[in-house]
Amino acid sequence: MAWLEHWEFAVVGGGLIGIASAALFVLNGRIAGVSGIFGDLFLESRSRQTCWRFAFIVGLVLGGFAVRWLVPAVAGVALRPGWPMLVVGGLLVGFGTRLGRGCTSGHGICGISRLSPRSVAATGIFMLSAIITVALIRHGGQLA
Amino acid sequence: MRAWAALACGAMFGAGLTLAGMTNPERVLGFLDVLGAWDPTLALVMLSALVVSLPIFQWALRRSPKPVLDYRYHPPERTEIDRELLLGSVVFGVGWGMVGLCPGPAIAGLASGASGFAVFVLAMMSGIALHFMLDSLANGRGRRVL
Repeated sequence: MAWLEHWEFAVVGGGLIGIASAALFVLNGRIAGVSGIFGDLFLESRSRQTCWRFAFIVGLVLGGFAVRWLVPAVAGVALRPGWPMLVVGGLLVGFGTRLGRGCTSGHGICGISRLSPRSVAATGIFMLSAIITVALIRHGGQLA
Repeated sequence: MRAWAALACGAMFGAGLTLAGMTNPERVLGFLDVLGAWDPTLALVMLSALVVSLPIFQWALRRSPKPVLDYRYHPPERTEIDRELLLGSVVFGVGWGMVGLCPGPAIAGLASGASGFAVFVLAMMSGIALHFMLDSLANGRGRRVL
């Protein structure tokens, strides 16, 4: 079980995500939902409210850089799908998160932290949907 | 000031995602692949995040009348479980299951320099724009669609 070798990273990383999400709410009063922040960033680009969204998104990338530099052990990423799947997957994620008004961060972390029934429902459904999708893609031949 | 706070929160968020391995689609797919060699890392990450954030959110909602840097909270507008929520979640789940990326890790993963993240993010932006255009048409808000 290779994942056991890095469980501390998962716990600390998760903790950071939790602190960051809570902090954005306590400080800015905003939900740390990336689909909302990112989408609203370029859909509402004329508003003055854009600054904090841009800053958050830039921060996401900077945080990624920092950890990749400081903790080389987690730098390895395996992005296997070819570009057609990346494009279709990206379209569906973009469309679906806006239609559902949230993603794993917005609904999964913030929404559940707010004990929002909407977010609990959304999280359960997109998890199930993703699990079924993976099952079909990876094991479809065996299931048929 | 709000922008700096958002920058710090974003950085911590991106750092947490990357440290936890969530910007590595194979690890995420390992969790979603319940029929295969199951990797519970994502569950551990979410649990660790919720252990911290849930108490703080609940405290803020009860004891903190306004955020530190703003005059009011900005909660989500919708409160009911509606069809768009359900359909949107299904669609999002399919996309997520196809690649193993959702918005946060996709953007934080740009730091890896792997071109696939950029392709995914561009496609994600297109999907977001497509939803906006269809939504504007459907709801006749009179916004410029193109």
